[in-house]
Amino acid sequence: MWKHLPLWKLLSTVELSTSITKSKAIFSSALNFDYSKPHYIKFFSSGLYFIILFLFLFFSDPSPNLTFQSLQQPKTTTDAMALARRSSGLLKPLSTASSSSLLQRRPFSTDDTTTITVETSVPFTGHNCDPPSRSVDTTPKELMTFFTDMAFMRRMEIAADSLYKSKLIRGFCHLYDGQEAVSIGMEAAITKKDCIITAYRDHCIFLGRGGTLLESFAELMGRQAGCSRGKGGSMHFYKKDACFFGGHGIVGAQVPLGCGLAFAQKYRKEDHVTFTMYGDGAANQGQLFEALNMAALWDLPAILVCENNHYGMGTAEWRAAKSPAYYKRGDYVPGLKVDGMDAFAVKQACKFAKEHALKNGPIILEMDTYRYHGHSMSDPGSTYRTRDEISGVRQERDPIERIRKLIFAHDLATEKELKDIEKQARKEVDEAIAQAKESPMPDESELFTNVYRKGYGVESFGTDRKELRATLP
Amino acid sequence: MASIFQGVGAATSLSSSTSIDTKKFHFCSRRSRSERKASFVVVRSGGAKVENRIGGRAEQLVTNAVAAKADTPTAATVSKPGHELLLFEALREGLEEEMERDARVCVMGEDVGHYGGSYKVTRGLAEKYGDLRVLDTPIAENSFTGMGIGAAMMGLRPIIEGMNMGFLLLAFNQISNNCGMLHYTSGGQFKIPVVIRGPGGVGRQLGAEHSQRLESYFQSIPGIQMVACSTPYNAKGLMKAAIRSDNPVILFEHVLLYNLKERIPDEEYVLNLEEAEMVRPGEHVTILTYSRMRYHVMQAAKTLVNKGYDPEVIDIRSLKPFDLYTIGNSIKKTHRVLIVEECMRTGGIGASLTAAITENFHDYLDAPIVCLSSQDVPTPYAGTLEEWTVVQPPQIVAAVEQLCR
Repeated sequence: MWKHLPLWKLLSTVELSTSITKSKAIFSSALNFDYSKPHYIKFFSSGLYFIILFLFLFFSDPSPNLTFQSLQQPKTTTDAMALARRSSGLLKPLSTASSSSLLQRRPFSTDDTTTITVETSVPFTGHNCDPPSRSVDTTPKELMTFFTDMAFMRRMEIAADSLYKSKLIRGFCHLYDGQEAVSIGMEAAITKKDCIITAYRDHCIFLGRGGTLLESFAELMGRQAGCSRGKGGSMHFYKKDACFFGGHGIVGAQVPLGCGLAFAQKYRKEDHVTFTMYGDGAANQGQLFEALNMAALWDLPAILVCENNHYGMGTAEWRAAKSPAYYKRGDYVPGLKVDGMDAFAVKQACKFAKEHALKNGPIILEMDTYRYHGHSMSDPGSTYRTRDEISGVRQERDPIERIRKLIFAHDLATEKELKDIEKQARKEVDEAIAQAKESPMPDESELFTNVYRKGYGVESFGTDRKELRATLP
Repeated sequence: MASIFQGVGAATSLSSSTSIDTKKFHFCSRRSRSERKASFVVVRSGGAKVENRIGGRAEQLVTNAVAAKADTPTAATVSKPGHELLLFEALREGLEEEMERDARVCVMGEDVGHYGGSYKVTRGLAEKYGDLRVLDTPIAENSFTGMGIGAAMMGLRPIIEGMNMGFLLLAFNQISNNCGMLHYTSGGQFKIPVVIRGPGGVGRQLGAEHSQRLESYFQSIPGIQMVACSTPYNAKGLMKAAIRSDNPVILFEHVLLYNLKERIPDEEYVLNLEEAEMVRPGEHVTILTYSRMRYHVMQAAKTLVNKGYDPEVIDIRSLKPFDLYTIGNSIKKTHRVLIVEECMRTGGIGASLTAAITENFHDYLDAPIVCLSSQDVPTPYAGTLEEWTVVQPPQIVAAVEQLCR
């Protein structure tokens, strides 16, 4: 009689409890059942619904982004199959039978044609503008790319952490893990001709712009193969051909530079925009408002992105800013508040911002994000916040986990495949580190190169001037 | 003060024609500094370029204009090629020619556009080139300097004007970290071809904050070049060279020199950013100076010549890096050095120059280097006090007499 009971009725809690007890009874009876008897399958299939229901409710994800909308799209049986695979070995014969069929029907990372609509975790909040819609279109390929890229970024930052502790990276090292979604989402919405300029937390943005792991690690270790030839360091990653303008150590100084980039884009009548990134600590800098005033005055295509990770070095945002609503601080400049841990929200917001900036001038995006590490490697990160807070965010809002769940929800890959991707990331990072370690330190003559550019009799030499030390490019 | 300018003006108006070999060098003109004094004959080796000691200088540069000393005074020639203009007009001419030549050159600063520039250097340019190329910025030095540097990273060639050099202290972070160091820290990926210019120096009772000499603060920033102009001729030439240079250049003008009149050539010419200018060759003592102090020195030189001394006056022009070649040759000849500058005593250009000369040419010196600089005080408002802050010609005469004893 159970199999005639429609599923939806069982979702009510009263019937649920009864059904759970009933399913438990069936389950236990199924366990104790003698499998040699031929009619166990009959009992089994009837109890299956309740077992699956029980498991579904028990293992379902409490996080808000996996709404029913996104989960209901695949058929419930296959969904149940996927979940059931995690459970006891009872269903093994069924699962092996079904997994082969699943492999046939699962779209993998090369599929660019199917559109999947994803809802962002929270709606956007706008200031002086109409926020864009919550639904973001994406493809399986994009989802897989997001996962892969973020896994690489995460791995790189963790590796940089251990390299710093083994004193191969010195000085300052500001890590971006936890904030990867901002870089990934932004790259998905723009082209390589749109400029990005950021502050010192630039490793992952460099990677997102097309930088290689070797260049990053070599630069961090001060080797010749680095993106700035070893002369910049962690805070000075640049990639001119991908319009990535760094990499700046002084807090807030990159914002006027970013408006200058936008000025040049407007001057040359290019159809591109500049994303000027800064943190919640830099949001209190005066030059930011000066630059914003000028950008708004001349309608420069500048998008100011505030990566609000809620801590400016060791000071919480509520202790530093009278008004922590950074997206509203522009006053006459429209703003948008975005969940920065959701790569799709970031993608949607950046697309919206690009369209806006090309038409109407500057806009502020506030990315609500979080960094797991401290401000830099010298900061443990736990003196001004609790470990519970960090682990809480990691459990609930981690950007990679979010993509992972989406991938599972849409059956784009198995857990093993994702683990393989992570292993591949680890492997490639280790290889890059090994290669970077082999790269030599810059030559002594490099001390005087790149101080000036050639022309008009300029030389580059040491203080005693007795010898020409470097030939200018 | 007015007498100096009149004297200079008189000298320049008597300038004879230059032996410009226009056939060979279409762009450069060789101009003898000796025209400043009517008593010198213009001598120039026929079109031969000064041997390129560094190796690989651009063809169109005017290299060191060395004038030979003549015995007999010459009368002023009748034909006067070139045109006469004031220093700020010369700056404007250089600016306009460069803006005409290269569409990427743009100007940004306070009141440069519609107002025409607070010292009229950019008058008329906004009407000609539009509001985007001659940009009126709000009063936000830090950020519009940063904007100029950002624009330069993207390929434009902005000229950032500080209404007074002292205001650029607000933009020090941008000038030091982003302007000077970006080429280096990016491993050569980005070049910053900006020109930061503005008037500085002690004016006529402008007060302490508006009479600052920033060359001493900027001189140790690596990656920038600093030049100081002093005559309309070198103002135009240095402006053009600074705009064409791929390095960030800070061009120091002086508030009191904007109305200097001089005849400059009609042809296009670009000066070498790193070269010093021989103002008056001599035998007894080398006087190194720049900007406004050049005129104080020349006035003192008149007195000194009457007293029988023969000073060699060099306008160093390039404040960073120093043209130790010209300076060294001069020291090897005269063995005595006097530095006359408007910077403060502590940590000024003179202090660095003293150190550089001592390190390199110690063996050639017969006497310790004497450095006359402004007093280490904020510039007072009262006229008499202000006069005592800067170096005056009698002090220069006294110093030379002391040195040459």
